[in-house]
Amino acid sequence: MPEEIDREGVRRLMAEGAQVVDVLPADEYAESRLPGAINLPLRRLEAEARDVLDAGRPVIVYCWDSA
Amino acid sequence: MVGKLDWLAAGLPTEGTDAARPRAGSMARADVPTCRLDEPLAEVRDRVRTAGWDACVVVNHERVVLGLLRAKELDADPGLRVEQAMRPGPSTFRPFVAIEEMASFMIDHDVPNAPVTTSDGRLVGLLRREDAARAAHQLHAGGHP
Repeated sequence: MPEEIDREGVRRLMAEGAQVVDVLPADEYAESRLPGAINLPLRRLEAEARDVLDAGRPVIVYCWDSA
Repeated sequence: MVGKLDWLAAGLPTEGTDAARPRAGSMARADVPTCRLDEPLAEVRDRVRTAGWDACVVVNHERVVLGLLRAKELDADPGLRVEQAMRPGPSTFRPFVAIEEMASFMIDHDVPNAPVTTSDGRLVGLLRREDAARAAHQLHAGGHP
């Protein structure tokens, strides 16, 4: 189940090997992203997530801001 | 989490074409002297000047910025305590702000130095105007600071 986590939660999960997904457009991803993040823009997320992500590991999904 | 903005605002590492671009957080001096509210101003001033600085950031036990002592405040009545002399609640800036933007702001508003903090107010460092201006100039000249 999805759950919202804070910055420290992100760092902890990243250290444990979580997959990090940036859902912003490709140009914004290219400019700046969290270490190790892959790009799955929102429009492609649903169609491609199963092929790209490992269902056995936690997934962190982020966009620009919470608003 | 609360988004990429929060990650950047905390000054945490990133990847990408902008990762090496100088920003407020990367140019801020992390070795800026700090002090507490209840310290005698005279002692703080001596410590700050001995270290070669003319500014000191007032923080609490979690390094959250509470105030700023610039040259004028450091030279106030030495009998005061820090909290009586400081500029309370100074404007702070987030680490991801582009150095050109910081340099323009500091020059336009005659700001000699500015505390850079995370989104929850913790001190990253003090950005000095000359450092920001030099980095911005070098960027315009096509090099890296």
